[in-house]
Amino acid sequence: MMRFATLIKNPADWMKGAGPHSEIVMTSRVRLARNLRGYPFPGFSQERQRVELLEKARSVVENLPEMRDGYSEDYTDLSKIRKQVLVERHLVSREHAARSSGCAVVLDRKQSISIMINEEDHFRIQGIRPGLNLGSAFELVDRVDTELESSLPYAFDQKLGYLTACPTNLGTGMRASVMLHLPALVLTDQINPVIKAVGKIGLAVRGLYGEGTEALGNLFQISNQHTLGEAEPEIIAQIEKVIEGVVRSEQTARAKLKEDHKTMFSDQVGRAFAILRYAHILASKEALNLLSMLRLGADLDLVGNCDRSLLDMLLLEIQPAHLQLNAARELSPEERDGMRAEITRARLQSIDGPSNFPPSQSTPGGTPSKPNDE
Amino acid sequence: MKCDVCENEASVFLTQIINGQMTTVNLCETCSKAKGVTEETGFGLAEAFLTPSQRVDTDTMEVVCNACGFTASQLKKIGRMGCPECYSAFSEGLDGLLRNMHKGTRHIGKRPNRQIAPDPQPMARARSNVQVAPQPAPPAPPPLDVAKLREDLDLAVREERYEDAARLKAEIERLQPKASSK
Repeated sequence: MMRFATLIKNPADWMKGAGPHSEIVMTSRVRLARNLRGYPFPGFSQERQRVELLEKARSVVENLPEMRDGYSEDYTDLSKIRKQVLVERHLVSREHAARSSGCAVVLDRKQSISIMINEEDHFRIQGIRPGLNLGSAFELVDRVDTELESSLPYAFDQKLGYLTACPTNLGTGMRASVMLHLPALVLTDQINPVIKAVGKIGLAVRGLYGEGTEALGNLFQISNQHTLGEAEPEIIAQIEKVIEGVVRSEQTARAKLKEDHKTMFSDQVGRAFAILRYAHILASKEALNLLSMLRLGADLDLVGNCDRSLLDMLLLEIQPAHLQLNAARELSPEERDGMRAEITRARLQSIDGPSNFPPSQSTPGGTPSKPNDE
Repeated sequence: MKCDVCENEASVFLTQIINGQMTTVNLCETCSKAKGVTEETGFGLAEAFLTPSQRVDTDTMEVVCNACGFTASQLKKIGRMGCPECYSAFSEGLDGLLRNMHKGTRHIGKRPNRQIAPDPQPMARARSNVQVAPQPAPPAPPPLDVAKLREDLDLAVREERYEDAARLKAEIERLQPKASSK
């Protein structure tokens, strides 16, 4: 099995790769909740029952063909910072990271599949793909699930489907979620009606780190809430359809920014680059929001020589636990802000600053840009 | 009014509040004696009408899951079940809850291809390993096939064990949803 350092050194498959609508859809994730018959759910079980289940199930999970040469760790052997790093990479949930004895995580080599043992349910099987690709994320977890069911006795009911600790997950036990970067909808004040419309269809909209978190860096997660009474492909098709709509709205808003609010937009991107490139103290929230602007600038060819995956990697590197892992010690918030700025300055060295917009047409005699009407 | 157990005229009417829900039972004299209802310590009645997945906590008079000991009030408080068996123990009112939560109340979608047999009652087995028994948990009911259930149902009707018959009928309907409900 792989060591933690090796795991983290390499970017996950979904961080490097591009998928459909990568400029707006960061990742597609699908997770399945599964439980074993005969054991209480982790929230109501005793420590020794969780340990017993873990002992029984862990080797089965580790021996899955998908998990060959992967990473597997018992939570009692995992430091707080390392657990938090996994949370920041969306490989484990915050709730799971808060647990300890009787819990473990098993990841595949590419960090595309994560299996949490003794989360709210006995198993949470998660697949992550880049871009809008829920179907492919589902294929990953579906295959793993089918392999697991051949050797572990699942709690399944003919009428209610897969039995889960919380009735909100009954049936398919599937949560499909998409992480979206929607800066133009936020800048043009159109985000609230979009969120409302999505909510009305029965989908949930959340911030960067799930339930109850703020939409930092203009990042939004959209996921299904219903799990019973619909088959997996239907649920996925419905979300993908809704996301296609949101993506179109964001594209329209981006085009509008580029055409109607050129000066304001160029100013925002320019300021973001300047601060990120030269600041010595960067708070987390500030950095996330500025990186969002820079990413938008890169998407709209306003920033030269800027690879989107460089920014997405940086977004992870400057999270609190990643900084502390890198420093190999705990850091105070002030120290983190300093270190965050240092890493950001270094990473942005290779990027050309924002040029006049659009570069080829910005001749002195050209049409002056429209006054900023925002 | 007829007795809930046999067809005789009922003369004993008992109302109990279990789980915050009023349950009324009508019995004839013979059946009430058989069930021990008329005895002073006749709390046995509640158990007599419970499903195998339920039992009643004698201190709180509350329905608890027979497999894990999870109580109805815990369910109400945290909104989560204690174990997979809890879905049978607290099945009453579940449909209404699920209707508000989901698109339907019946699972459509993936099913395990190969349902393998569980370990012999891990919950019970785990209990025997330690000194402090958490909750008395009888073995989980073995997986039943419908044919066997139908035989049991016939037998129950012939022997006039109507509460057993009702439970078996419900079980058959649960396993064979299409045949009976659609």
